[in-house]
Formats: sequence, structure tokens, C-alpha cells
Amino acid sequence: MDIEVLEDGKHHRYILNMGPQHPSTHGVLRVLLELEGEYAMDLLPVLGYGHRCHEKIAEFNPAKSFMPNTARMDYLGALIYNHGFAHLLEKACGIEVPERAEYIRVITSELNRIQSHLLWYGAYLLDLGAFTPIMYSFDDREHILDILEDITGSRLTYCYVRVGGVCKDIDDKFVTATRAFIERLRGRFPMYDDLVNGNVILQKRLINVGDLTPEMCARYGISGPMLRGTGVAYDMRRAEPYSVYPKFDFEIPTETRGDCMASFKVRFREMEQSLRIIEQALDSLPEGPVMAAKVPKKLKIPAGDYNCSVEAPRGELSYYLVSDGSDVPYRLKIRTPSYSNLSVVPEMCAGMLVSDVVSAMGSLDLVIPEIDR
Amino acid sequence: METFYSILPELIRIVVCAICGAVIVFGNALVMGYAERKLAGHIMLRPGPMEVGPHGIYQLVVDGLKLMGKQLVVPANADKPLFMLAPLLAFAPVFVPMLVIPFSDKIQGFDLDVGLLLILAFASINVLAILIGGWGSNNKYSLFGAFRSVAQNVAYEIPMLISLLAIVFMTNTFSLKGIAEAQSPVWFIVIQPLAFLIYLVAMVAETNRAPFDLPEAESELTAGFHTEYSGMSFSLFVLGEYANMFIVCSVATVFFLGGSSGIPLPYFEYSGIIWFLLKVYLLMFFLIWIRWTYPRTRFDQLMNFCWKYLIPFSLVNLLITVVMVKLI
Repeated sequence: MDIEVLEDGKHHRYILNMGPQHPSTHGVLRVLLELEGEYAMDLLPVLGYGHRCHEKIAEFNPAKSFMPNTARMDYLGALIYNHGFAHLLEKACGIEVPERAEYIRVITSELNRIQSHLLWYGAYLLDLGAFTPIMYSFDDREHILDILEDITGSRLTYCYVRVGGVCKDIDDKFVTATRAFIERLRGRFPMYDDLVNGNVILQKRLINVGDLTPEMCARYGISGPMLRGTGVAYDMRRAEPYSVYPKFDFEIPTETRGDCMASFKVRFREMEQSLRIIEQALDSLPEGPVMAAKVPKKLKIPAGDYNCSVEAPRGELSYYLVSDGSDVPYRLKIRTPSYSNLSVVPEMCAGMLVSDVVSAMGSLDLVIPEIDR
Repeated sequence: METFYSILPELIRIVVCAICGAVIVFGNALVMGYAERKLAGHIMLRPGPMEVGPHGIYQLVVDGLKLMGKQLVVPANADKPLFMLAPLLAFAPVFVPMLVIPFSDKIQGFDLDVGLLLILAFASINVLAILIGGWGSNNKYSLFGAFRSVAQNVAYEIPMLISLLAIVFMTNTFSLKGIAEAQSPVWFIVIQPLAFLIYLVAMVAETNRAPFDLPEAESELTAGFHTEYSGMSFSLFVLGEYANMFIVCSVATVFFLGGSSGIPLPYFEYSGIIWFLLKVYLLMFFLIWIRWTYPRTRFDQLMNFCWKYLIPFSLVNLLITVVMVKLI
């Protein structure tokens, strides 16, 4: 067998190649595991299998036309990526967005967030060997996709948000369907708790696996549910409020242990908070236009540096734009949460069993196109 | 010539029993293959196979044809003889235990004095097959699966055997028929509930079914020991797995659920097989049910559970049984 044996005096180590086609790396992530028996002593994530040069593409096209590309980075948080990019350009060009449009953006973003968490929930449990929950969470997720398909026209890579508003107003059908969905999902949470979250095997697989500390998170730039699982209530919706989020009453769920179970619970409670936000937004939905009156066809961005951060399902998403005064950005740097979250894997997973590596990487909720963008 | 005529009935009996065993093995695989997919479907909020025939009942036939038509791929660096031997070794031994299982009072191949030992001996050849297959594939994931399988099956055979020994001490026989008959007023599940629970857990682990399906843990080891197998060589592993499930469930039925006893039907010496199969498939349903319900355990947790809980408890159970048998 062509096992690469590394000799360090006592132990034989060998390399196990996990991915890019492996059931639990969710896409084209490749991780090299240096194993000692069944313990992974060292890990090396290998990236680049799905790189599409999004940042470079942004330097060649008018900023407005970059919107569809944002959806293709994190395909599970497309609307939030849309939202963040539109927000950046509005900030740069000083465009006032009608309030109704902001409300709609918040509602759709939060629906998108719930959808992303539901998919994570199913896929994570699949990683842990439970085959059934993914069907239940997909059943719920399907409702969100149907609701969003009605107004945006697509089911995954949305391009619904425009600079200055959104492209289409929501109707009564959307409102009733969303309200029905809120009721439905609230009714499903107790079922998930009973059937899955309280399961002894699941708890044994998650508790004290993949421990993180706030210090580690700061060192690697980890954000999102992973960070909130260590007890730091850092959420861009509260830390640097954008859009109309300050108007809503919602909590930032945190846990203190910092292990896989903590981020598991945080994500679960985040779904409940997102439902609360949607409900409040629907109750106080203002009337009016959904598009700013004067958005120039050719959007010239004043020279300067602009930054905008939003809370994506996986953590903090930042756009950093440098403009030389034309309508094409000079440089667009995108800080995606999964990339930073992945960087902790070698330290977090060293010395773990292979099964725990799968469990810990699953709790990062990696979306590979977001890492390889 | 006279000796030939004297053993002729016995020879015919062997041939008939072997054919019946094969029918049971393949029939069971068809039923279980369909039941597993249908039940998994309904547990998962989907209908399962629906396209081929009414409610997809011909799906298994079509799948079987597809698997037979597939090319047998042997990886370039594999150890070819071992690679080809493993599926046969996983499948061939399952026929033998069929000979000694008492399906009803009169339907039994051979009532051997060492029936239980025969079953356990042939059931453990499966481990060897998995080890050979995992090693011969020359794939690290397969090797992992094989390692895990050996450690797991060796560990879980101990509590399985000890829990069954308690019954053997009570009945003073290894003959399955004798054990089934010894439960005439009360089934042993009532007298030996702890042994039954231990056996039930060990049974799941022995057949490599979820939540103890670590040798093939899909999300960790892609497909474990059968990663490199395709076509019929893959399906022989699956056939072997279903047959092993049938065997362990039959043993559970004989030892704890009173064998073929039940509400008397006409010609009960023969029709008892209905009760027997009903109990066996009830246990099989249980196996399918938990497979599609629970997440997978971790390997060290699995081994700890066996060595720290199952084996001590089964030993205590055995000790108590022995003392009680001596006293009464």
C-alpha cells in the first residue's frame, strides 16, 4: 500500500486525503489529515478547487452589475450578500432607500438566514450519521424557497436587491404565506427538540467536541454562531446596525461552552429570533415605493475607500471597496466568514478522532464557494 | 451399496434443506430490501420506490438486474484474489445457520446438539470477510472500515454469547429446538429481560447496522470496507448483511420470544412458522426503525459501551442466573 509513513521515532503517521469528493466536506473542500491510528494529529485544508475570481471580475465591470456575482459566493445566503453589496454602494453614493424597501430586504434576508440554518441542520446531522432529519428540515426549507421564488423568481442564487431598493414589491400572497410559515416553523421546533436535539448519542457526539475560546476566535477572526457559542454576543445587526434592524426587538443568542453543541444551539435559537424579526417587520410594514427615485443608470462611485459589514448566516461579511471615481471599482475586497472560520480547523481539530473532525467541521457550517470565491 | 441406500434419505434431506436455505436467504433479501427502502421512505416523509410496479414492488428485481449487469471493477493496486474472495466469504456462510433454525416444531433442517455454536461460528466468518475486503481493496478508507469492524465485532460477540449462555444454563442444551420448547408457559424475555436487552444491542452491533454502522460510516469513511466494491460483489455484501440480520433475529426469537409458539393455528407443527416469521420480522422492523432514526455513535464510545457496560452487566446476569438455577 502506498501509505506515506512519516517516522518520528515512536509513531507511524500516514496521510489520509479527505475530499475534494468526500460526503462530509460539502463540495470541493480538500483536507489532508495526518493520522496516527484513528487520531488526526495534523490537518491541512487545501483550497482552490472552485475558485472563480469574483474579486477580479469586480474590477472589470460596473459595480452595479456585480450584484449577481454576490449571490454566487454564498449560495445559501444570497439575499444577505445582495443586501450587503447594495448597502455598500448606497453608502458610497449617498442614495436614500425607501423604508418599505428596507423592510422587504430585512424580511427576505431573515428568511434566507433561516433557510441556510435549516440546510445546515439537515446536512450536519447527515454528517453525524442521522439520515432522516435532513428530509424534515428540507420540507420546511422548501416553504421558504417557494415563498422567495414567488417574489424573486429564483430559488437559490437570488438577485433581488437592487441599488436603491428591491426590484419587485411584495404582495399579499407573500405576506400571508410568510405568516403561515412562521406559525408552521414555530410548531416544528418542539418536534426537532424532541426527536433530535435531546438525543443522547447526539449530545455525546457534540458536547466537548471542537472547543473554542473567545481568545482563539479573536486570533483567527472567527465570527457568527461559532463566536457566539463561546459567549461573545457579537452580531453585525447589533454591533454595527445597518438597514432597519435597530427598529426591531430581538436577542443575540449566546452559549458559553464554545463546543459544537454551543454553536448547534445558537443556530437553533437564531432561527427563532429571525422569525421574531420577520413577524415584527410584517406587522409594521410601511407603505410606499420600493425603489429610490433617482438612481443613475451609470453609477459613478466617488473616489475613496468604503466598507460595509453585514451579518451573513455564517458570520461577518465585509465588502471593502476602493474607488477611483469611475463606475468600475478599483478594487473590491470581500471578507467572507467561512474563510476565516475554516482557518481555525488545524488548531481546533488537532488530536481528534476522524469522526470528531467530521463533527467539528460540520459545526463550522462551511459553504465552499464562499471560501473559494 | 447398502450404505448408500441407508444414507440416501439423509443426503436428500441435506439437498432439500440447502435449497430451502437459499430460498430463505434470497427471499429475505428481497423482502428486506423492499421493506428497508419503503420504511426508510416513510420515516423520511417520502414515499420510497414508486415507479416500477404498483408501489415499486419490482424495484428490487430491477436493481438486482442492474447490479448483475455492472462491471466488476478491481482497483489497479488491489490484492485481486483477496478482493474477489471477500464478498463470497461474506455471503457463503449464511446458508449454514439456516439449517439449524427451528422455524416451527416440524420445520427444521437438522436439530443439532450444538446448534447455537454452529450459528455463532458461521456468523463470525463475516468479520473475516470484511477484514479481507478492506485489506484487499488497498484503500485507506476501506482499511479503516475493516479495522473498526474487527474491533467492534470481536467486542460485541462477547456480551452476545454471555447473554445467550444464561439461557443455555437454564435449559441445559445448545439445541435451538430444545431451547424453543423450554419456553412453553413463559417466554424467556420475561425471565431474562436484561439478557434480552444486552442481546438486542449486541445484535445491532454484530450486523453493523446504524447507529453502530461504523465499518461503513458513510460520512466519515465514504463507504467503509465496501468503498471499492461495485456490481454483484457489492450486492453480495448487502445480501450477506440481510441474511445475518435474519439469523440474529431468528436467534433472538428462539431464545427470548418462544420460537414458533403463539396462538395455536391448524396444523400447528407446521403453521407455527407464521408466528416465527412474524416475530423475526418484528425485530427486523426494529432494526430498520432505529437505523433511520438515530445518529451514529463514535468509535470509542461504542467500544466503551461494550467493555464498560454490556460485558459487566451480562456477566452479572450470568452469575445471578447460575446461582438461581443452582438454588431452584
